Amino acid sequence: MTKPAMKQKTPLRTLSKAPTGIAGLDEITGGGFPRGRPTLVCGSAGCGKTLLAMEFLVRGVTQFGEPGVFMAFEETSEELTQNVRSLGYDLDDLAEQKKLAVDFVRVERNEIAETGEYDLEGLFVRLGYAIDSVGAKRVVLDTIETLFGGLSNFAVLRGELRRLFRWLKDKGVTAVITGESGDGTLTRHGLEEYVSDCVIQLDHRVTEQVSTRRLRIVKYRGTTHGTNEYPFLIDEDGISVLPVTSLGLQHEVSGERVSSGVPRLDTMLGGEGYFRGSTVLVSGTAGTGKTSLAAHFAAAACQRGERCLHLAFEESPGQLLRNMRSIGIDLEPWVKKGLLQFHASRASIHGLEKHLASIHKLVREFQPRVVIMDPVSSMVAAGTRRDVTVMLTRLIDFLKIEEITALLTNLTSGDEEPEKTDVGISSLVDTWLLLRDLELGGERNRVMYVLKSRGMAHSNQMREFLLTNRGVELQDVYIGAEGVLTGSARQAQEAKEKTAALLRQQEVEGKQGERERKREALEARVAAMRKEFEAEDEEAKRIIGQEHTSQQVVEQDREKMGRSRKSDTNETPARSRKTPGSRKRKSRASPMRRELK
Amino acid sequence: MVELRLYIAGQTPRSAAACANLKKLCEEHLPGRYRIEVIDLLEHPQLAAGDQIVAVPTLVKKLPEPLRRVVGDLSNTERALVGLQLRPVTKKGPTP
Repeated sequence: MTKPAMKQKTPLRTLSKAPTGIAGLDEITGGGFPRGRPTLVCGSAGCGKTLLAMEFLVRGVTQFGEPGVFMAFEETSEELTQNVRSLGYDLDDLAEQKKLAVDFVRVERNEIAETGEYDLEGLFVRLGYAIDSVGAKRVVLDTIETLFGGLSNFAVLRGELRRLFRWLKDKGVTAVITGESGDGTLTRHGLEEYVSDCVIQLDHRVTEQVSTRRLRIVKYRGTTHGTNEYPFLIDEDGISVLPVTSLGLQHEVSGERVSSGVPRLDTMLGGEGYFRGSTVLVSGTAGTGKTSLAAHFAAAACQRGERCLHLAFEESPGQLLRNMRSIGIDLEPWVKKGLLQFHASRASIHGLEKHLASIHKLVREFQPRVVIMDPVSSMVAAGTRRDVTVMLTRLIDFLKIEEITALLTNLTSGDEEPEKTDVGISSLVDTWLLLRDLELGGERNRVMYVLKSRGMAHSNQMREFLLTNRGVELQDVYIGAEGVLTGSARQAQEAKEKTAALLRQQEVEGKQGERERKREALEARVAAMRKEFEAEDEEAKRIIGQEHTSQQVVEQDREKMGRSRKSDTNETPARSRKTPGSRKRKSRASPMRRELK
Repeated sequence: MVELRLYIAGQTPRSAAACANLKKLCEEHLPGRYRIEVIDLLEHPQLAAGDQIVAVPTLVKKLPEPLRRVVGDLSNTERALVGLQLRPVTKKGPTP
């Protein structure tokens, strides 16, 4: 994990070290145990001393080509072989290859009587023989203090042990000596007095029913080392120590963006979505749609052909698939394709370190680009708040280093402040989406907003968060004089506005119709009057015509009469009679003209 | 027949003392019915593991059963005999 950091330190180091190959331990010891010197590993019963020693030895053989000798004082070779077989170590095979020698030393007080002086040359001979038989570079003595139970002359024993460690140093083998913790001392018989180069203490503590194994370097002469207590765990791959504080903040960052799976949300996040390798926190109270949002992200990742690891702490994969199908997100094809992997476990099933380690392992094996943890808040069940914060910090750092985009959901309880996570990781995340319930008009509606999103121009708008049968949809909320409206209140408001608009339109249409009607009426009246006028005009014309005819007739008659009377003039009376006729026509037309006006 | 095996590591004064003490003990208490095998672990280191030798000198009584071990130079004959269970224990007590 921090190989670059280790490489930087190498030239400064003068002390040669034998790497243990144990994940994390080499990092905190700065390269391993002191080469050619004995290291004391102490701790109470069942804390993993034997395993640590065995792993040091086996990894020495398999990874670093250093044969080893395991001198067991408590377990027989068969028992030991059997015990470590569960970790995948085949001691018989290694012994056959002449890479590893296991020697069981049994010292039973009731089988041994002591008379006179003796020394432990027998042990030296056996050890020397075993070392020579495989050309051992590494030696484990587990647990040499058993000798104190088998032999009664402690003075001799102490002297011999001192000689033994000296002898081991002279042999140039890297030795691991285990010792059981005594009452207030590192070991029962003060082995730490003899082995003073490197002392490692293992501890197995149970806090609130959750057990945690811890490792601490008590001292390490001639080198710098991590001084904290580091949690470690034992699983099917042996021991892994989790060095927390050795993680730095030097990881590479990506400018690449990945879609959140919800187009509208991408728009809110500067139009492109999350940054690759960033950490996204989705927090909200129960039932606000956190898991759905996570499912969208998972589906989007799989669509891009990326692997996605979904860590579920509250739902089983089957339940998740079913629930997501109900909102139109079908994740099953991705599971079948092997792009989506579910890992469901209860948070309380084991301690935080184990969780962290198993996540590390899953990530290493599956190599996902996206990790979803749903929800991280349930981790509180596996440890104290502070521990959870520390664990999540480590996890986030780890994921960032691997450039994995992480989406964590966090359940906030109703009475808590929403802009706060109870696991205290809000400052670590890059993008924080907040889902909330708004209670209005007798219903709860979901709203979402981007609380923060580092490195991008994100929207400051609230969006209504709808779970439809096509997945998550974001809608503009109604913001007006009556505040933020969502759900049916928003719909009601929208309907109200629609009605008002309709009414207004109808009114306008009505007005227009009236105007039309008025114009029509007017025109009708104009037409009627014209008709009347025309009729009267016709009448007038007819009367004029008649008068004209009758005048002609009169004139004709007069002519006839004149002719018959032999009159010499016929013009003057005719002209005088025309005038009163024209005056009469004028007077008749005048009232009509007045009406038109 | 009592079969005894004495493990020593090199010809040290302590080894020599153990050898002498053992011979004396056998002559005195098991005349004619003992067999002694002396093994120098420096010459045969591979034999140390078989009899679970840690301290030297160690005297192992192979026969008769049960197998017993006595460590030390056998300077205390009485305790050696008790340790080897070659003498009925008169007052059984824990070895110091």
